[in-house]
Amino acid sequence: MTAAPETPRLLANAPALSKLHQWVVTVDHKKLGLMYIMSGLVFFIIGGLEAVMMRWQLAWSDMGVLMPDEFNRLFTMHGTTMVFFVGMPILLGSANYLVPLMIGTRDMAFPRLNAFGFWLFLLGGLLLYFSYFGGQGLYGMGSAPDVGWFAYAPLTERTFSRGHSTDYWILGLLVSGFGSIATGINLVATTLCMRCKGMSLMKMPLFVWIMLIDAILIVIAMPPLAASQVMLLFDRSLGAHFFDVQGGGSAVLWQNLFWFFGHPEVYILILPAFAFVSEIIPVFCRKVIFGYPLMVAATVAIGFISMGVWVHHMFSVGLSPAVNTAFMASTMLIAVPTGIKMFNWVATMYGGRIRLHTPMLFSIGFLVQFLFGGLTGIMLAVVPFDWQVSDSYFVVGHFHYVLFGGLVFTIFAAIFYWFPKASGKMLSEKLGKWQFWLLLIGFNLTFGPMHVSGMLGMPRRIYTYHADRGWEFWNLLTSIGVIFQVLAVAFFAYNVIRSLRKGKPAGDDPWDAWTLEWSTTSPPPAWNYDVDPEVRSRRPLWDKKHPEDPDWKYE
Amino acid sequence: MSSLDTNTFDGAASLDTLPPLAPTHNLPKGKMGVSMLILTEIFFFGTLIAVYLFYIGKDLSGPYPTDVFAPPFAAETWTPLSVSFNSVFLLTSSIWIVLAIKALERGAMGRFLFFWSLTITFGAVFLLGTGVEWYGLIAQDGLWIDTNLFGSCYYTLVGFHAAHVAIGLSLMTLVLVLTLCGYNHKRHAGKVDLLSWYWHFVDGVWIFVFTVVYIIGYYG
Amino acid sequence: MTARVIAIAWALGLFVVHAAMAAPICAPGQPEMPSMFLPRSEPAEIILDITWLVTGICAVIFVIMEGLIIWAIIRYRQRRSEADGSEPPQVYGSNPIELAWTVIPLLIVFILFLVSARGIFEIDKQEPPPGSLEVTVVGHRWWWEFDYGELGFVTANELHVPLTKDGEAQSVFLTLESADVLHSFWVPQLAGKKDVVPGRVNHLWLKPRQMGTYVGQCAEYCGNQHANMLITVYVHSEEDFDKWVANQQRDAVEDAAVADGRDIFMRTACINCHTIRGTVADGTFAPDLTHLMSRNVLGAGAAANTPDRLREWVWDPQNIKPGCDMPSMKLSHDDTDRICAYLETLK
Repeated sequence: MTAAPETPRLLANAPALSKLHQWVVTVDHKKLGLMYIMSGLVFFIIGGLEAVMMRWQLAWSDMGVLMPDEFNRLFTMHGTTMVFFVGMPILLGSANYLVPLMIGTRDMAFPRLNAFGFWLFLLGGLLLYFSYFGGQGLYGMGSAPDVGWFAYAPLTERTFSRGHSTDYWILGLLVSGFGSIATGINLVATTLCMRCKGMSLMKMPLFVWIMLIDAILIVIAMPPLAASQVMLLFDRSLGAHFFDVQGGGSAVLWQNLFWFFGHPEVYILILPAFAFVSEIIPVFCRKVIFGYPLMVAATVAIGFISMGVWVHHMFSVGLSPAVNTAFMASTMLIAVPTGIKMFNWVATMYGGRIRLHTPMLFSIGFLVQFLFGGLTGIMLAVVPFDWQVSDSYFVVGHFHYVLFGGLVFTIFAAIFYWFPKASGKMLSEKLGKWQFWLLLIGFNLTFGPMHVSGMLGMPRRIYTYHADRGWEFWNLLTSIGVIFQVLAVAFFAYNVIRSLRKGKPAGDDPWDAWTLEWSTTSPPPAWNYDVDPEVRSRRPLWDKKHPEDPDWKYE
Repeated sequence: MSSLDTNTFDGAASLDTLPPLAPTHNLPKGKMGVSMLILTEIFFFGTLIAVYLFYIGKDLSGPYPTDVFAPPFAAETWTPLSVSFNSVFLLTSSIWIVLAIKALERGAMGRFLFFWSLTITFGAVFLLGTGVEWYGLIAQDGLWIDTNLFGSCYYTLVGFHAAHVAIGLSLMTLVLVLTLCGYNHKRHAGKVDLLSWYWHFVDGVWIFVFTVVYIIGYYG
Repeated sequence: MTARVIAIAWALGLFVVHAAMAAPICAPGQPEMPSMFLPRSEPAEIILDITWLVTGICAVIFVIMEGLIIWAIIRYRQRRSEADGSEPPQVYGSNPIELAWTVIPLLIVFILFLVSARGIFEIDKQEPPPGSLEVTVVGHRWWWEFDYGELGFVTANELHVPLTKDGEAQSVFLTLESADVLHSFWVPQLAGKKDVVPGRVNHLWLKPRQMGTYVGQCAEYCGNQHANMLITVYVHSEEDFDKWVANQQRDAVEDAAVADGRDIFMRTACINCHTIRGTVADGTFAPDLTHLMSRNVLGAGAAANTPDRLREWVWDPQNIKPGCDMPSMKLSHDDTDRICAYLETLK
């Protein structure tokens, strides 16, 4: 029929402006996915630099490197950036790139909506950072927001937050939130409407299942945030009284609304980590994932229960013992499906033939660190214990273990795993291993001691501390770990840039993997597949490579 | 292993040992997309409604619902452009849009145009009525978004609903113009139907808003 | 071989890091360290008991799971002999195993829940125990007001309580209110924290077990100087507490030697923010200064209460606590000296 299509290259021999134009106007899920991820990584560097400055200030008591307002802006921007402009775009970008490929279709359900979602996200991020320049506002106060990433009222009301800094926080997140919702809708529609022949729901890769639940969570959890932010915006600009305590408004209402969004949001962030390792661990252990149906059930359970635990961020607000007890129960309950997933991953490793390539190293790092973070989470669920360490560095340690030691480690695993597919080149294993060990050491050195300083009474969000508290040693360890992390990220950046230029050619299937994306070229053609795939099991390429023992005999 | 090879990952020597392809049960993507949009909106309005209910009876001062509203369904609310009157116009517009879609499915363009325009008109009457009500509240009762909790909640909830009505009307007007220019055909009925789903949702939300604001809020 | 080395190094590293984290629990506590592992009050003790249980359970799970992971890496690492393209046996799942690891965690969690729920109801008292000392705590940006109610005085930043009353251990029942935004009252050695919420009244129960000095600070971000909103609690013997109360109940000292300083104070805007009982100064926006010299710190812990630091503070508080609500009063050097001399008599 037609001649064999040329293997497309990512950086074609076209003039620079035309290349740029291609990317700017694209509606192709692969390009949009890559743009999401690249933007997320740029924000990661920015957010990381914000953290570096904070840790310099806190390395010892009374360092005096930063003024209090500068520090307060840094922790606000760091948290907001990492959650909304690193975590969200990288997960949305990964799903964007991989889901259509994994379900054997040629693009997302709504390609133009996809592009719209990406550009909204980027605009939101730029709006947030524009606050550094534009936020001066009234009385010269303002600049970047300094109200913390969860922006509790009434601190965010006009009385206590002068100028426009908080308005930039609201607007940046409102705009990018709409983008996230758009992509969430797109993902649900794509997954439920465009699977290739033979791919019933229970034959989808686990990655696709988990991202489906994630997308549904995005669709239902982000609107309450938008509604809350609109109400706060009305308070600040129109004089409404939603969170105006003197006008009868309620400070606790903001907390309830925010965390009703906020808790599902952290599951929105961590589910993709589960999705990544559910694909990577089997391939590098040469074994099918253990207990696929239970993994699906556990994910659905996590999705549901995550909507009912939000008050565990408010245990010290002084709500009734009955309310605290009820939410303690739901919070402890969600540990069960999460634990199940851990057991299933480890069971996948047993009896396997483990190949310790970089993606697997990062996945093991995830298992070890997410386990620790999950266990400190169970500790935090115990309300009396939470009454001591809530709002202390113990919590900071906990969520960095799950979001950095968990999510970010799996993001690196995923990048090392799928970079060859997206670019046609392999990343350097040697540089990858350097990055892994540096990051492992740096991460644990930084965030491990935080559990100690928290239990020794160090609260969050303080720009300095006194010498007589006994916190100096632990803070110094924490700050030293930063050096290793910076080096690790430098290795990573160098690896990516170098490999794009002269990485080893990857071929279609460098890892000997089993899901559909590995059956097409690296990088895939714009249309993904020359012929629509038909599948009979969850591992179509396993069936192809092992015709004597196909999966569909056992599923 | 390139994509040029067969894309059937069957892994069997002979075709008669192959299991049949499992049915995918793929759903229509337009309907799925709009359903997800409606789900989003349900949670958005749900939040505003929850806040409205939470703040009932908590005003420290200022005009209270009983000061500015008549009892639900009382005679005054049926005068032209008052709330019960407006509600009837909005809710019946759902009937007209159903008839419009049915006409489009049959290719009866004239009939479609009639009922589609009727839908838009009825929706516009609702918006006009909302405007009249707001004028009364602001100019006569002195109730604005910054007056008290009731004002903040009322204008936010009713305002967002009205905004969604306005968006619906704009989209419907766009379809009207496209139809008049000859771009709309019987085969587009499925897509236009999706817009009617959005419109039905907007009407459905009004039932909740009306109940919360004019009934529960009045007696609470 | 390499796999073994890596795995063992990793296991050791994990052990070292986590053992190091246990150090403050084992090491003898210094008097000032606000560690939850050095409880000095009944609610803090109850919390620590529950903490041991949950930490124990989590530590056991951690050791088992990490052990399994490390063992898997060592035992199932692909050997050179296995790099021939052959695959190990594929195991799709096991219903009994999966059932077990659903049910067992549920049981563990259930037990943990029961113990913790009991702790919640024990600690979270809604009513003051009979005979409690009741103090109203008002959180301000960025200092703490302590209103001793019936005892008839208001002080700031340093809370004094007795260990016993009439020979019996006495509870302290704090009523927590906010003058502006969210704050949180946290003195780890005495109790868990409780948020201070505007528009809401919260309570916190303390029951000191030992005399001493215990520190804490605000634990809910409240703006610029959140870091300098420190709390010190002094647990006295009954006699010492009664003496302290008697002193606090007296109106401000009127020392004729510093009449000029007092004059300047009373004619300046100081009186709009500060109260000095027995004078015209009756402002409530700032700490009560009636017995300023009975306190050890200035600016809620931003500086020690020494003559030098006091002078620095009065000259320009922004030099010590930038962003705080007290402006420099733009006094002359002489006036500043006189005012400080006056303030130093307010014992």
